[in-house]
Amino acid sequence: MKNRLKVLRAERDWTQADLAERLDVSRQTINAIEKGKFDPSLPLAFKASRLFGLTIEEIFQDD
Amino acid sequence: MEGFIDMSDSQELSRRQRNQLNHRRLAGYTLVWLVSLALVYFGHRYLWDGSALVTTAMVGINIIAGIAMMMANKKLLAGLDELEQKVQLEAMALALGVGLVGGFAYSALSQTGILPFHAEISHLAVFIALTYLVAMVKGVKKYQ
Repeated sequence: MKNRLKVLRAERDWTQADLAERLDVSRQTINAIEKGKFDPSLPLAFKASRLFGLTIEEIFQDD
Repeated sequence: MEGFIDMSDSQELSRRQRNQLNHRRLAGYTLVWLVSLALVYFGHRYLWDGSALVTTAMVGINIIAGIAMMMANKKLLAGLDELEQKVQLEAMALALGVGLVGGFAYSALSQTGILPFHAEISHLAVFIALTYLVAMVKGVKKYQ
């Protein structure tokens, strides 16, 4: 699954650690999601959606 | 060792603080469990002159400490995020599988007299622990 987390994060000038803190996950988890190595759960996707004020589909796209 | 004593919920803490607290709590209970286990063997031989009653009571204390250790581990796992839980799950599944298969194979070799030494449960515990450690390292690297 592809995602725009890295772009959205960069637009806000946030580090991976900043985003991790806001989503209450580890920095390694953000890194794994950004690299497409790990797909987040639906609750975490909703959390990201609320944080960025976007729909889940605007952040995560199926391959 | 405040984390070891304080069993209250720690929602107000940051993720890092919560994990540190949970790790300290688990380390504390693991230490108590290990010491109580060592005391069973040491005490039975040197302290209470082989009294079955005292030894049984000490084993009971050891089991209680073990249950507390398991609860602390459960709390630690619950506090991890979803990727960390996935890595833990994969490592524990491998350790359990290897322990089960390896343990029965080891036992069979021992029971049939093929092993030149006596099989000990501690050998299996070390084997499981090493498998878990290697699986954890591989799991962490896999998602980097």
